[in-house]
Amino acid sequence: MTQQTPVKEPTAEQVADQQLYKQMGVSDTEFDLICGFLGRKPNYTEIGVFSVMWSEHCAYKNSKPLLRRFPTDGPRVLMGPGEGAGIVDIGDNQAVVFKIESHNHPSAVEPYQGAATGVGGIIRDIFSMGARPIASLNSLRFGKLESDRVKYLFEHVVGGIAGYGNCIGIPTVGGEVMFDESYEGNPLVNAMCVGLIDHDKIQRGVAKGVGNPVFYVGPPTGRDGIHGATFASEELTEESEARKTAVQVGDPFMEKLVMESCLELIDSGIVLGIQDMGAAGLTCSSAEMASKAGNGLELYLDQVPQREEGMTPYEMMLSESQERMLFVVEPKDEAQAMKIFERWGVICAKVGKVTDDGRLKLYHHGEVVGDMPVHALVDECPVYNKPSSVPAYYEQMANIDTVAFDEVTDLSGALKSVLASPTVASKAWVYDQYDYMVRTSTAVRPGSDAAVVLVHGTRKALAMTTDCNSRFVYLDPEVGGKIAVSEAARNIVCSGAEPLAITDNLNFGSPEKPDIFWQMEQSVDGMATACRALETPVIGGNVSLYNENTRGSIYPTPVVGMVGLVHDTDHITTQGFKQDGDVIFLLGETKAELGGSEFQYIVQGKTEGRPPGLDLVVEKQLLDGVLDSIQSGLVQSAHDLSEGGLAVALAESCISGKLGAKIALESSGLRNDHLLFSESQSRILLSATAAQADALESKLAEHKVPARRIGNVTSAAQLQITVDGKQVLAEEVSSLRQVWEDAIPCLMN
Amino acid sequence: MKFAVLVFPGSNCDIDCFKAVEETIGEPVDYVWHTATDLSAYDCILVPGGFSYGDYLRCGAISQFAPVMAEVAKAAEQGKYILGICNGFQILTEARLLPGALLRNGSMKFRCHDVVLTVTNNKTPFTLDYAEGEEIIIPIAHGEGNYYCDEATLEQMKANDQIVFQYGDNPNGSLHDIAGISNERGNVVGMMPHPERAVNELLGSTDGKKMFTSILKAWRDQHDAANTR
Repeated sequence: MTQQTPVKEPTAEQVADQQLYKQMGVSDTEFDLICGFLGRKPNYTEIGVFSVMWSEHCAYKNSKPLLRRFPTDGPRVLMGPGEGAGIVDIGDNQAVVFKIESHNHPSAVEPYQGAATGVGGIIRDIFSMGARPIASLNSLRFGKLESDRVKYLFEHVVGGIAGYGNCIGIPTVGGEVMFDESYEGNPLVNAMCVGLIDHDKIQRGVAKGVGNPVFYVGPPTGRDGIHGATFASEELTEESEARKTAVQVGDPFMEKLVMESCLELIDSGIVLGIQDMGAAGLTCSSAEMASKAGNGLELYLDQVPQREEGMTPYEMMLSESQERMLFVVEPKDEAQAMKIFERWGVICAKVGKVTDDGRLKLYHHGEVVGDMPVHALVDECPVYNKPSSVPAYYEQMANIDTVAFDEVTDLSGALKSVLASPTVASKAWVYDQYDYMVRTSTAVRPGSDAAVVLVHGTRKALAMTTDCNSRFVYLDPEVGGKIAVSEAARNIVCSGAEPLAITDNLNFGSPEKPDIFWQMEQSVDGMATACRALETPVIGGNVSLYNENTRGSIYPTPVVGMVGLVHDTDHITTQGFKQDGDVIFLLGETKAELGGSEFQYIVQGKTEGRPPGLDLVVEKQLLDGVLDSIQSGLVQSAHDLSEGGLAVALAESCISGKLGAKIALESSGLRNDHLLFSESQSRILLSATAAQADALESKLAEHKVPARRIGNVTSAAQLQITVDGKQVLAEEVSSLRQVWEDAIPCLMN
Repeated sequence: MKFAVLVFPGSNCDIDCFKAVEETIGEPVDYVWHTATDLSAYDCILVPGGFSYGDYLRCGAISQFAPVMAEVAKAAEQGKYILGICNGFQILTEARLLPGALLRNGSMKFRCHDVVLTVTNNKTPFTLDYAEGEEIIIPIAHGEGNYYCDEATLEQMKANDQIVFQYGDNPNGSLHDIAGISNERGNVVGMMPHPERAVNELLGSTDGKKMFTSILKAWRDQHDAANTR
């Protein structure tokens, strides 16, 4: 091969001698391995290609051993992790496709574009499977909503999600937003997309058929986003601001055209393989497609549409310009494919060929400028079993008594403080900026336990949610991991759906730190155990490490995105109380568990102790009992108890239902503040008509679910709570609503 | 009666409009591409919402030059029914088939939620089935829905009964709470709220159904009149 290196770029010798690979995140040992695979020193383009393929973002080199612990199979799973997104059967030859992905680092330096391109990327993952995207969700975390910087990040992340999702016409139907000092300077932006597909339309990213042409679709490649995958795989520092070129710019209009034209192409039945160009752009898509087919691939870089003049092979291979796809068809179908893209006004260019030599070969100006074994790029990245050790804080937390603080007697005041916490408060300021209704399928809008989207032409619907209480995960990663999965399942069941599967987004600090790696191991174990117990396999996901700021690591935040199947639209249930006189039931056991609670954070200003316990047998019984009750038509409203415990759940059901409630509790040895604000797990608030209350009670008893009648829904819009016959709280729902609704707008305006 | 739903690059409420016609009145409906040069087969043309041409430059500014728009103008002249919803409304104002313009929302933010509308004029072909002054719930979803025109135009519109819908609680700063207007003749209506999103109990409101039943009724009345003549 001729060694003609572009003028500005270092030679292979310089790369090796000056250890330039280190700037790209490649270690000495890894560099030696690469030299071994090539039988020589890599040139600048090749080391660039290896560095992104061997980054944590693409190779999961630090997290692979952990990801293997997840259950990934189940009777309904049609495709597990490995492709663009996982797929689950929902009957009638239809399936649901979904995945979550992070865009944390880009959003920290350029929040609007960082968040927007996060949405764009996950949508491409869904339609590259052949699925029609039907809904988006997100999971966002920011520092305390006080400083101008946090407000700026929050405003522009939401703006970016809205800007992209609204324009492309996919409703953003749900999500979660949490605020805590832990995320100061390192916000989390996780985007999830859900699509629908017919079984026979499922696509794979494979470069099939030696000699077949490889096509590039989408806007021209520019110099944006170079080394984005590497950027995502290191810690954010002061210098990160200067790396804005690693952030891409999104064009949702272009993606709409690419999406429609690609879906039309797939519909035509001529596609052999298709994959989006996400992280590591052309490099990752071409190498992975070749690898999955066991083939090689040649790329003619002169043919790659280019936005700027004089781009080098290195720049083209590493660019993360958005809205681009790669696909393979047989030569006879070329013309048909081109015609589809012409009609949509989308650029499509033949840029390569499938080969049988198992190598990724790059040609530029008639020269071979890169020649690498595909298996080395995709499969040979070393996997590291990082050392782990129990952090000191975890040991200390065991000795903290979380319930011995002076009793809070102003329970109304405490409730209002918790309702005004931006984490608990109404998120209408956020979701009113999202078009959550386009496609006219959104049956349950943002703000209830889970969003519900209709499956047209059937009586089915899909429920979807994102969840993670990272304070619990921090305090005990294993229990917190179990809680994240269980809470998601509870939200799904409360909306009337059967939990199907999850996608996970593992957001952690640096895996180089043993105590962080311990958090990763423990929380993955907790999640895996819960997924087995609740029969919700993990069908795909994403790992985001090195989430660090000047204060240290973020709270371990393994976000769970769960989808459930509503078997009949009659089962769709929301959290708001429905009518005067309905009987209110509290399911599950309330214990004095305040560790990591919103009450502890807001009222005491702390996050400490151990989180609430969770028994997965009890949880499963609860979920089965509630789902059976809903499907039997016995339930008027259902609401999971989470942040803020019983008091907040009651307030939210009153506010959503525009009704009141008269509640009579028994202390059973618990202090009033514990009783109202404990965040004990496996609890749900149900309401039933007076006529069906007995039937509901026996149905729950069949499932061994502890259920207490705690009061009634009232037309007088007041929340009244007595404990052992003594009134402890009486508030107008309107004043609770005001506190809850005004909290975020007041901070933002 | 035959409906056309126009499709521009970037339209995204085209499917919703199509489904709404099918589900509310079950009349035949086609998607018609922005390059079409013949709309003679259609009695009603729906210009759907979305972000045509990415809404780059200005909402609806590029769409007005699409080949199909010349045909839309011709159809308007022939007295055919034309309804522009959201981005469709913006396109119709850019094409000067309706007066005024849509500015950015007063809040400078996209807003999506239900609004209460008053049917100010129930004599258009699109509002016959509503009572005058009827309050209906229809969702909005837009960033540029702040209707504006000069004072003389507003007076003229008032005099001609061209204000069709008004907001109860103005969400975007629109002049005179305007949510929807018609041309002088009444056969072209543009509105920011989405009636096609309010045709199914499961989605929260069915108050948009009467828009579609109205159009069909108007067409039938017109046809019956023509036949008896």
